[in-house]
Amino acid sequence: MASTDFLLNYLPIVVFLGIALGLASVMVLASMLIGRSKPDTEKLSAYECGFEAFDDARRKFDVRFYLVAILFIIFDLEVAFLFPWAVSLGAIGMFGFWSMVVFLTVLTVGLVYEWNKGALDWE
Amino acid sequence: MIGVLAFYAFAVVLIVSSLLVITARNPVHSVLFLILAFFNAAGLFVLLGAEFVAMILVIVYVGAVAVLFLFVVMMLDIDFSKLRNGAKQFAPLGGFVGLALLAELIMLYQVWPNPPPLLEPDVLDVDNTKALGNVLYTQYVFPFQVSGLILLVAMIGAIVLTLRTRGGVLRQRVGAQVERSEADSVEIQNVSVGTGVSNV
Repeated sequence: MASTDFLLNYLPIVVFLGIALGLASVMVLASMLIGRSKPDTEKLSAYECGFEAFDDARRKFDVRFYLVAILFIIFDLEVAFLFPWAVSLGAIGMFGFWSMVVFLTVLTVGLVYEWNKGALDWE
Repeated sequence: MIGVLAFYAFAVVLIVSSLLVITARNPVHSVLFLILAFFNAAGLFVLLGAEFVAMILVIVYVGAVAVLFLFVVMMLDIDFSKLRNGAKQFAPLGGFVGLALLAELIMLYQVWPNPPPLLEPDVLDVDNTKALGNVLYTQYVFPFQVSGLILLVAMIGAIVLTLRTRGGVLRQRVGAQVERSEADSVEIQNVSVGTGVSNV
């Protein structure tokens, strides 16, 4: 477990979380207690000029959204590897520099592949 | 003291939300509880002093992996009651896999009761991200390059599995438009009276 001095750095986040939680619960509770509540089935039905729902709202997505999301994750991870490298570049020398260059080259092969396949295009 | 209280708070919420992940009826609710579990795991990492891992957990798992899970849940388009009926017949297999994993954990504990102490720089002494960067790219260069190859395989695999080019789509080809010259787009014909153009 880390020391208390270190953990006190995170005190503002805890305060922020407390304020957010308190404000959200106050708003929900106040609208439950103060607001007038007259439930009616008509209030939940479709509006006068809207037609009846004939399909489920939960439809299949196009698979290409998934492709975009997975490519995003991969490059997100690549950037995550770059952060510690940038911080300690002075200490790891030329070997550390070139190991990252090899890593980036491998992923650039993938980038060129997906660009040429047209995976980045939206039809 | 603060740390112990925070640890129990994070641990309890983590366990409860991960139980709700597997018991919630609606898969979308499962994914939302999974996000809560990720946040609490990040809190536990902060308590250990591993700030960088905690922030990466929030960025990668909450920001990207959870969104991907939501996509998968939305894309499946399944009848949940139908899925629940089928789950019964796979219960023995799932239970067997779970027992095997549990046995492996117990055996690991048996053969390795006293793991060697980890390299643990003081968090106030060395910056957390820097402590990671000092060893990741030199001492652990092989796992690092292997992770790069795994990312490459994931990228190519996702493209091979999901990329479909749809026929009949009209799209702008900028290269072809720029390449086009006056010679192959305009033709001047000398038409004599009463004959019209025949060789178009």
